[in-house]
Amino acid sequence: MQGKAWRFENDVNTDAIIPGRFLADWNKNPGKLKDHCFIDLLPDFSRSVEKGDYIVAGTNFGCGSSREAAPIAIKMSGVNVIIAGSFARIFYRNCINVGVLALESAEASAKVRQGDILNVDIMTGVINNVTTGQAYSFKPVPPFLKEILDLGGLAPYVQNKLNIS
Amino acid sequence: MGLTLTEKILAKAAGTDRVEPGEIINARVDAVIGHDISTAAFRELVKMKVTKVFDRNKVFFTVDHFAPSPSLDAAAQLKDLYAFIDQYEIKNWFELGRGGICHAIFPEQGLITPSTVVLGADSHTCTYGALGTFATGMGVTDIASAMALGEVWLKVPASMKIEFDGVVGDMITGKDLILHVIGNIGVDGALYQAMEFCGSAIRGLPIDDRFTICNMAIEAGAKNGIIAVDHVTTDYLLNRAKESYQSLASDDTAQYDRNFRWDASAITPLVAQPDSPANVAPAADLQKIRVNQVVIGSCTNGRITDMRAAARILKGQKVARGVRLLIFPATQEIYLQAMREGLIETFVEAGAVISPPICGPCLGAHMGLLAAGEVAISTTNRNFVGRMGHRDSRVYLSSPFTAAASAVAGYIVSPREVC
Repeated sequence: MQGKAWRFENDVNTDAIIPGRFLADWNKNPGKLKDHCFIDLLPDFSRSVEKGDYIVAGTNFGCGSSREAAPIAIKMSGVNVIIAGSFARIFYRNCINVGVLALESAEASAKVRQGDILNVDIMTGVINNVTTGQAYSFKPVPPFLKEILDLGGLAPYVQNKLNIS
Repeated sequence: MGLTLTEKILAKAAGTDRVEPGEIINARVDAVIGHDISTAAFRELVKMKVTKVFDRNKVFFTVDHFAPSPSLDAAAQLKDLYAFIDQYEIKNWFELGRGGICHAIFPEQGLITPSTVVLGADSHTCTYGALGTFATGMGVTDIASAMALGEVWLKVPASMKIEFDGVVGDMITGKDLILHVIGNIGVDGALYQAMEFCGSAIRGLPIDDRFTICNMAIEAGAKNGIIAVDHVTTDYLLNRAKESYQSLASDDTAQYDRNFRWDASAITPLVAQPDSPANVAPAADLQKIRVNQVVIGSCTNGRITDMRAAARILKGQKVARGVRLLIFPATQEIYLQAMREGLIETFVEAGAVISPPICGPCLGAHMGLLAAGEVAISTTNRNFVGRMGHRDSRVYLSSPFTAAASAVAGYIVSPREVC
């Protein structure tokens, strides 16, 4: 997966990702969230982002509210992988549950610049910076979470437990 | 080695003697809470083909964010929520006019008890830690899963001990203490951790102030905030708690990741400046910042103690020209109590607008959004860019004393300067 990096700083909050005013009945039509993703922080984002692009941020990405609309807005924008120094915990859980890959990498967080072309290899656990030739490692996904991801997310996990087919 | 209060509750919920920080456990869930934006959790249940919740007495819902409906989308969402409440036979349901803000109404109704595990589809669910409860917020898919299974996977948090010695001064509240903490440790200072508050100053605080403190644990990135049960807690729960409960406390030999100790008597009225709850300064140090709007209420500061604080400042005073003062009692019961005590009369005479018990402009939904360039001082919990309206508006956070005093002055002021 090759894509362009969008740089964000520390403590990007969920109001910046998707402001509260767009939350009324959001999940009936989640596709609409794309138009408002980062609208106050980076008004051009939704028009310029391309499918397969990456978000690379500092620490505590996704702090603030528990709104699942935040990772979904990012996903609807075409970004499937977020790389950060660290994530706020509710946001991190929400990413797993909605199928957005949240990777912790202090190295990538420090070195990737706006517009760098990245290529993330999940199997080998490497983030390649095609623009600079650098390679960064990321923290492996904990085995328990991998089990949920392998089942296809939290919904199949619940169905499995309740014997719902 | 002993256990912290949070570790003891989680060990009990996991059916084991002890848990270690970092360990992933499967915990029994005692209650799950939600509000109108969490309607999406029911939609997830439908998608999962789950036809009933784990216990219809243990799922609590209210209406507070987009209510009364400010838009057609909000109206459609609310209509769906009413239908889901019937479909899943949710017993503890507090509809508009019979409830209030989630983090005020559920404890008030005695539904939250100590030493239990409570999950909520709202980041400020950590409020309930004031009752010695392990409570944390999650997104709607996690909440739907907990509603279906009555259990949840959790990573056991390391604990941070925050001790306030001494006695707080006049017009110093739980809000000033928690702003002091966040100002010191930052918005990620307690990331993934449990914040345990203790010390003589905490023990001397009324329960409402303790709710305020635990409410804002999330603003430091914490998983939960918690205060051990004492006589203030048991007095609050007397004739209120719907179930008998166990009181737990941290062992003397418990291990903390970090320890902080402050003298509460040295704390002055504090304000968090734009655009972060960690950008804290003494109110007295600010240079006459003019305000267009003052908001008193929310899950942080909409309880009766907060209403009394505002009324103490506003009695016989008038809101300054050019300032809108919006007051949101957090539940119907608090509203009624404020009427009985004459507080509402004081507010109306001062020139305040009294709102129904809802979240209002806190999250920029409705009922008082800010225009570009406008400034508000608010007793709410977040002052991020655009949180209360236009991206070029600015929000300062404070206690009800400081907010009310600023409404009278027309600019941000320490309440000690006007009384």
